[in-house]
Amino acid sequence: MQINKIKKDMTEILSDVFDGATIMVGGFGEAGSPIELLHGLIDKGTKDLTIIANNSGNGRVGLGALIGQRQVKKVICSFARSAKGVTFPELYNKGEIELEVVPQGTLAERIRAAGSGIPGFYTATGVGTPLAEGKEEKIFNGKKYILEEALKADFAFVKAETADRYGNLTYNKTARNFNPIMCMAADTSLVQVKNILEPNEINPEHVITPGIFVQSLINIENPIIETNAIEEGMTYP
Amino acid sequence: MINININDLIKGWDRNTIASKIANDLPHSSYVNLGIGMPELVSQYIKEDREIIYHSENGLLGMGPSPNENEIDLDLINAGKKPVTILPGGSFCHHADSFSMIRGGHIDYCVLGAMEISVTGDLANWSTGKGIPAVGGAMDLVAGAKNVFVMTQHLTKDGKPKLVQKCSLPLTGAGVVSRIYSDYAVLDITDDGFKVIQLNEDITIEYLQSVTDGNICQ
Repeated sequence: MQINKIKKDMTEILSDVFDGATIMVGGFGEAGSPIELLHGLIDKGTKDLTIIANNSGNGRVGLGALIGQRQVKKVICSFARSAKGVTFPELYNKGEIELEVVPQGTLAERIRAAGSGIPGFYTATGVGTPLAEGKEEKIFNGKKYILEEALKADFAFVKAETADRYGNLTYNKTARNFNPIMCMAADTSLVQVKNILEPNEINPEHVITPGIFVQSLINIENPIIETNAIEEGMTYP
Repeated sequence: MINININDLIKGWDRNTIASKIANDLPHSSYVNLGIGMPELVSQYIKEDREIIYHSENGLLGMGPSPNENEIDLDLINAGKKPVTILPGGSFCHHADSFSMIRGGHIDYCVLGAMEISVTGDLANWSTGKGIPAVGGAMDLVAGAKNVFVMTQHLTKDGKPKLVQKCSLPLTGAGVVSRIYSDYAVLDITDDGFKVIQLNEDITIEYLQSVTDGNICQ
């Protein structure tokens, strides 16, 4: 029997996602954002989610839509303020969603650390700022650092360009961003991918995420382009 | 407390002039991160005697200018989420590697805007203390880049000094600023205060001191 991580539909790939789960969502703004997986979660109705992402969604599409459906209780991100953000500000200003602000590099490093079995690390980022409050300090070579802890998740929702049935992934340009490290840091990585090739068709030298970090794949050949969707007034559901 | 009538202010350098001064100070073959907004102007003033490599923290090294309308690719964006291009010799990487370039001290210069800069080089540029807090990569950049250049107006729109004895806004980093490029002067952070490297030709040192809440030295 052959290994095959490709799932037949959205219901199957999302079958294990549970209420109260912590989910990492790849993407930087819209580039690399797994919009179809997020819409699948709206259809499934999963609630009380903690979302780890760089941003907090635009318009009422993808992450913006999931937040708008009140399925998210907390967002951990670096930048929750965007020109096209609608749903997060609405809930935040009413005190109906929690926010943990993490500097972008610390967010990336906390995620990588979790994926690499490193429970915490010291960094200069944030020293002397409000985001250092309550964190352990340590001096190395005369310079002050703060302790940051690894950030794990139950699931990673990821968008990739090309995959094979083993879960080897490649990405497209700056749509790579947080996706590879989120695959490493989550117990289960669910990946939507534009193209699925035969295992011998991806050059091993070109694989960005080796299949060991990926549990499930779904083929989404023509994903929604967020900018266009928002311009066209799309809302989901 | 310094509070100047904004109608009495002397007009300083325009933003293009400030950008060209910064561009002149970036050495050949530097790796540079330009902050979103006014600092992006700097790339327009790099002279042909040097090549600069631009880093965008969302995983792009070797960033090029904005694309033509028909070349826009929404998977190729900068840290401000605007479409950009990649130049020959450029590369993509994931976010942890991109921030290792910053946090590991590999970025030679970053140029950022400011709300306040203290006489000891503290920078406040991410939060007014109101609204949704959002920091992005600013704290990583100021903590990790080898040189932190600030590009700013000398005074706020209300005529309050941005160069201050002590920042009143939440800090982005403590003791991180190397040099300030304002419309009135180029200044280094030193133990003796804000040290004038270049003074706008239309103002005096006394005037500069009168609009700065912190010691000016030469």
